[in-house]
Amino acid sequence: MALVLEKRGEASTTMALASPVIALALTVITGGIIFALRGDNPFSALYVYFVEPWVELWSVEQIIVKAAPLVLIAAGLSVCYLANVWNIGAEGQFTAGAILGGAIPVLFPEWQSPLTLVAMLVLGTLGGMAWGAIPAYLRNRFGANEILTSLMLVYVVQLFLDWLVRGPWRDPQGFNFPKSITFSGWQLLPNLWSSVHLGVVFALIAALALGFMMARTLKGFEIRVAGRSPRAARFAGFSEPRTVMFCFLLSGGLAGLAGVAEIASVIGQIQPQISPGYGFAAIIVAFLGRLNPVGVIVAGVLLALSYIGGEAAQVSLGISDKISKVFQGILLFYILACDTLILYRFKNTKA
Amino acid sequence: MDLLLTIMTAATPLLLAALGEVVVERSGVLNLGVEGMMVMGAVCGFGAAFLTGNPWIGVLGSIVGGTLMALLFGVLTLTLVANQVATGLALTLLGLGLSGLIGESFVGQPGIKLPQFMRVDPLIPFSLFLTVATSFVLFRTKAGLIIRAVGNSHASAHALGYKVVAVRYACVAFGGACAGLAGGYLSLVYTPQWVENMTAGKGWIALALVVFASWLPYRAAIGAYLFGAISILAFTVQTFAWGIPSQFLSALPYLVTVLALVFISGNKGLTRANTPACLGQPFVPDR
Repeated sequence: MALVLEKRGEASTTMALASPVIALALTVITGGIIFALRGDNPFSALYVYFVEPWVELWSVEQIIVKAAPLVLIAAGLSVCYLANVWNIGAEGQFTAGAILGGAIPVLFPEWQSPLTLVAMLVLGTLGGMAWGAIPAYLRNRFGANEILTSLMLVYVVQLFLDWLVRGPWRDPQGFNFPKSITFSGWQLLPNLWSSVHLGVVFALIAALALGFMMARTLKGFEIRVAGRSPRAARFAGFSEPRTVMFCFLLSGGLAGLAGVAEIASVIGQIQPQISPGYGFAAIIVAFLGRLNPVGVIVAGVLLALSYIGGEAAQVSLGISDKISKVFQGILLFYILACDTLILYRFKNTKA
Repeated sequence: MDLLLTIMTAATPLLLAALGEVVVERSGVLNLGVEGMMVMGAVCGFGAAFLTGNPWIGVLGSIVGGTLMALLFGVLTLTLVANQVATGLALTLLGLGLSGLIGESFVGQPGIKLPQFMRVDPLIPFSLFLTVATSFVLFRTKAGLIIRAVGNSHASAHALGYKVVAVRYACVAFGGACAGLAGGYLSLVYTPQWVENMTAGKGWIALALVVFASWLPYRAAIGAYLFGAISILAFTVQTFAWGIPSQFLSALPYLVTVLALVFISGNKGLTRANTPACLGQPFVPDR
């Protein structure tokens, strides 16, 4: 007896929805095993990690605030991946957005008007778009692999940020700490209630708008065709270079917006570390959300939970917060494994 | 002579990882998880050496760490035919997270350096030997012919009776062993200690080297040495302190990688002849 894969007649919609749920369940079980191996009580550890953050209002707010950048970035990435355009440098576009948007409060600290905030957000988005346009241009013009170029540019822009905050942009009154001046007034995003800021609204609007675009517009159709059948897209007259550029500008811009929103809210200044790997975690969010901009909202909240739960586990159980990165990686593995069952099923053959 | 040795030291981890990936991609599999396998190799190598006190067991540990990660990739992409690009990314994310967790107690611990023979790290001549051996096996033996057949047309290779999936598993495992060893080189020779994320993108640079080398082992060696020379140059310039910020020099290797990709990809004649035709395509045998 042997199990072999057999192609299904058509993709299973049931499995497409069940797959992330199964993957989540498997991740929780694996998490329990990891905790047990470390000598912790797996049930109380899992409770602290996955349930406790929902009990207190302040930590629910934390989850929402952390989910905002993840959803913003992942909504754009899911459009990219549907088109078979592999932007994995969102972390760099996030940083580029934070730098260009942050230039306004750093260079013009006295400028305080509602326009200040608008200018920051626009420049931040443009910064992300510009940084995203580079790998798109290099792919279109020279055929350079966008996976490698977009990732290399992450390191470049992070080093540039490091230089800025240790050099020209360092706060002169900051006791030599590598940090810019702290932002205030219209240099910060207004809060909707307590610590939940306007960036959450941007994330929701972006996800819903892209969901509409993918489902109801010609552009969305173009992108899906480009991803599923490049040949058919060519026959239909859809230009591949244009799709590549569009995807990178869209996802880069959203990542840039997420970047400037982050420094104009949670962080409130520019510093060498502005992201706990949002750009990479968003890749997982995109897959967990079925590459559907609306599904990404749910997935973003779950990934945000992995960060907050990790912090909670560190405080109350003394477990390293690095466990959250492990959970994120395992989760993506399980999703990809379960997704096999969308297109294939196991068949029992007697050898 | 000293300069050459320094360049070799910088080039060897890239060369080792790139050689492994050349074989993987020649068999038609695109494993983007080199960074993850490398960083796991680094932490397993350091840990095995630290716990046993023997750096050679460390080398073994790094190979085992990289291979296990590669097999995980194999189960997903070869057995479960998952998307290779996404799985490779997952492998990198998991490797970076898991190595951070495993290595937490190793941070700041004194490392154990692999002993040198006549002032040369033994892994340097080994990497050169591996270059020759890989090239020989790929292009002068039947095994190499099968690997390339599987990579260029898996359907034909299957029809001829070759076990496509088994061949690919072997190649993926070899790639993992090489990437793991490259990581072990970092934590046992290059800077004998454990630092989180110590690979710092070297796995990705090795992937770019494979494209740059147009899937030829000798060119991978040339590319790795060019690359080593550039990073050492950046390091030397830094010590002269001409007012160039250190961050700009640190960014140089990444920028050079982008430029190298642009240069080589623009040159269609070089790449098209050697690109494995089935690269990245999943294979499920029809019965």
